[in-house]
Amino acid sequence: MAISFQDMQTEAQGRWQALTAGEQPWIRVGTALCGKAAGCDPVLDALKDSLQRNGIAANVSQVGCLGLCFAEPLIDVQFPGGPRIFYGNVTPETVDEIVASHLVLGTPVAHLALGYLADGDGASVSPGLDPGIPDLNLHPMRAQEHRIALRNAGNIDPGDIYQYIANGGYRGLDNALTELSPSDTLDHVNASGLRGRGGAAFPTATKWRFLAGSDAPVKYILCNCEEGDPGAFNDKAILESDPQTLIEGITLCGYATGSHYGYIFIRHGHDGPIERTQEAVRQAEELGLLGDDILGSGFSFHLEVALTGDSYVAGEESALMEAIEGKRAMPRFRPPFPAQVGLFGKPTNINNVKTLAYIPEIVARGGEWFAGIGHDKSTGTAILCLTGSLKYTGMVEVPLGINLKDVLYDVAGGVPDGKSLKLVQSGGPLGGVLGADNVDVLLDFDILRAAGAILGSGGLIVADEDACAVDLTRALIAFCQYESCGKCFPCRMGMSHLLEVLERICRLEGSVEDLPLMRSIGENMQAGSLCGHGQLGFNPVASALRYFGHEFDTHIVDRSCPTGRCLRPSFSPMSSRR
Amino acid sequence: MDGLTRRISEAVHGQPQATVTVLSSLLAVEDELGYIPKEAVEEVAALTHSTINDVWAVASFYPNFRFEPPCEHTVEICWGTSCHLVGAMPLIEAILDAAGMEGEGDTDDRRLTLRFNTCLGACAQAPVISIDHQLHGRLSAEAAREKVSALLSAPDSSGGR
Ligand SMILES: Cc1cc2nc3c(=O)[nH]c(=O)nc-3n(C[C@H](O)[C@H](O)[C@H](O)COP(=O)(O)O)c2cc1C
Ligand code: FES
Repeated sequence: MAISFQDMQTEAQGRWQALTAGEQPWIRVGTALCGKAAGCDPVLDALKDSLQRNGIAANVSQVGCLGLCFAEPLIDVQFPGGPRIFYGNVTPETVDEIVASHLVLGTPVAHLALGYLADGDGASVSPGLDPGIPDLNLHPMRAQEHRIALRNAGNIDPGDIYQYIANGGYRGLDNALTELSPSDTLDHVNASGLRGRGGAAFPTATKWRFLAGSDAPVKYILCNCEEGDPGAFNDKAILESDPQTLIEGITLCGYATGSHYGYIFIRHGHDGPIERTQEAVRQAEELGLLGDDILGSGFSFHLEVALTGDSYVAGEESALMEAIEGKRAMPRFRPPFPAQVGLFGKPTNINNVKTLAYIPEIVARGGEWFAGIGHDKSTGTAILCLTGSLKYTGMVEVPLGINLKDVLYDVAGGVPDGKSLKLVQSGGPLGGVLGADNVDVLLDFDILRAAGAILGSGGLIVADEDACAVDLTRALIAFCQYESCGKCFPCRMGMSHLLEVLERICRLEGSVEDLPLMRSIGENMQAGSLCGHGQLGFNPVASALRYFGHEFDTHIVDRSCPTGRCLRPSFSPMSSRR
Repeated sequence: MDGLTRRISEAVHGQPQATVTVLSSLLAVEDELGYIPKEAVEEVAALTHSTINDVWAVASFYPNFRFEPPCEHTVEICWGTSCHLVGAMPLIEAILDAAGMEGEGDTDDRRLTLRFNTCLGACAQAPVISIDHQLHGRLSAEAAREKVSALLSAPDSSGGR
């Protein structure tokens, strides 16, 4: 082993110091998927061009997602030792103004600035800062945040492992390898009360114990970033923003369970997250933080990125193993369970990206620390994707136990354009909907489940008064039908049948028998399907009927769609593909 | 070896990761060519010691694989929940109209391949489309129509893919 962890930390701190308090200003540009869709690439080009034209020497880094997606393209300028000044909704035109004023003259452009951040590195607010530039930590989207897994997102260059190390990265792994036994490490996870963030909220330590208990020589750790839920992008955001926290988390999972091989499983096509993860693995290998004899501890861990084609069910744990083996992503019969017979027939543990991204801080700070955050049996934070009809769309990390109503109306600023909130769709297409009168509920895995919605992967999609609950249910089932893998018929045929009935109701040709018909299809799907896709596939209909039953009645009995949405053209891939 | 065979061979044999499977090989070919020609199915079968049938089974399961060369440009439109709620449908209508199409597929002049996508991953910028792998968010139906019309009327720049 070439260099010790202490030497790496020293090197990392030196580099970080040079960036934040060296000679040149540091400009960070958000280039995650949200930034790309908002047009960060032309902004980045214009920025580099403008710096050159003005003869300004600056460090320009591409960072991930800070969470304020509504303000993308988002860039920030930090002079050595000073605060970061953020500019939102930047265009190639405004970049010129920012360079000419802020970088050339040293005067921030107050009317374009979103706010400043003075935290970290003891950077203090420069005395001359325009009072018109607010503290970004007071922005509704940040004020209630408690960042653990997202602690570095938007702050560090995901393509530079030293920036991760300079911000406390890999001290959890170093600590575990030098001070803790594998079972001590597992005890931390147990004490944290961490539950899986992939949907089922299963206790993570319990799952890890299954694997740790097996003395098979080859065992696998799989990290699930299939993330097919429309409206959820937090897993990809972690890969794009701070892939090292995930790599450290997976490695710690390997150490705690006695496994030496891992895969990060990502859907093909999302180039940014994939490339950043591959590069991060390469850098960790280069520094000896992955591979044989990590940090001279004797512990070895090998990590690979595996890609899947388009398939929602590939995110289901047993279908995921089939896909890594290169086959059709169809679920397996259980038992045997993955902890006994998993990938390539070997004992396997599967966790979601967010679950694993918490592990480094849990090990570094202790399980009790994490357990002190959150609510009851829902410890830690929720990483939420706020989309749909909201003033502030983006991603936040807030303590579990926060009121959903506060998230929607305060954090996300409520529904824009003076419209009212109609419903929230949570937990992905297999989750549920909540009506506007039911959002006064705590974000807690168990409380939400009792309310008929699940937190799932953290996607919260808001519909305003213009949306039709029946149309939305149809769209959700169109997704579920399209994504049914086809292996078991209760799901394959049940989804098609449900969609047929819902399309009929949307055409205002439904009958009163359609509601009990859908319920009976749903019961059969739940009882007879092999995996969660079919078992949970009736959820969107069940919860819509629970909160918006009257709207179904209007469509069926009065033959009218009050919002008019169902009268306009609609789309389902069933009629267009397959 | 002709050009196509060489590109297939290089894509399939040049995979950097340790675990090489039928699926990973097909994805490598798709990255290189944009589609899976018959020759690639044979090459992947040989490499992975599978039958041609096994390879077809995988290739036909994942809807991202296509079996003919894509057109000069590819436009993907998201119809995921976030996009649906903030106007994916008017976008779909405008784009279909601009392209003179009724659903997914290729235009007759082979200028445009149109595909639907369940989530392009930029849901906070809904509605979202991608044009030749570049994401465009918060798009109005009119802006989408203009972008697609521009692709269709621009001089041919394919250079023979
Ligand atoms: C149809 C279907 C799709 C799923 N997709 C995902 C996914 O994209 N990401 C994920 O982490 N879990 C997904 N899951 C849940 C996984 O099966 C599994 O429970 C999870 O990855 C375990 O990780 P956790 O314990 O950390 O939550 C899906 C489940 C089903 C039934
Ligand atoms: S739902 Fe359209 S980008 Fe995610």
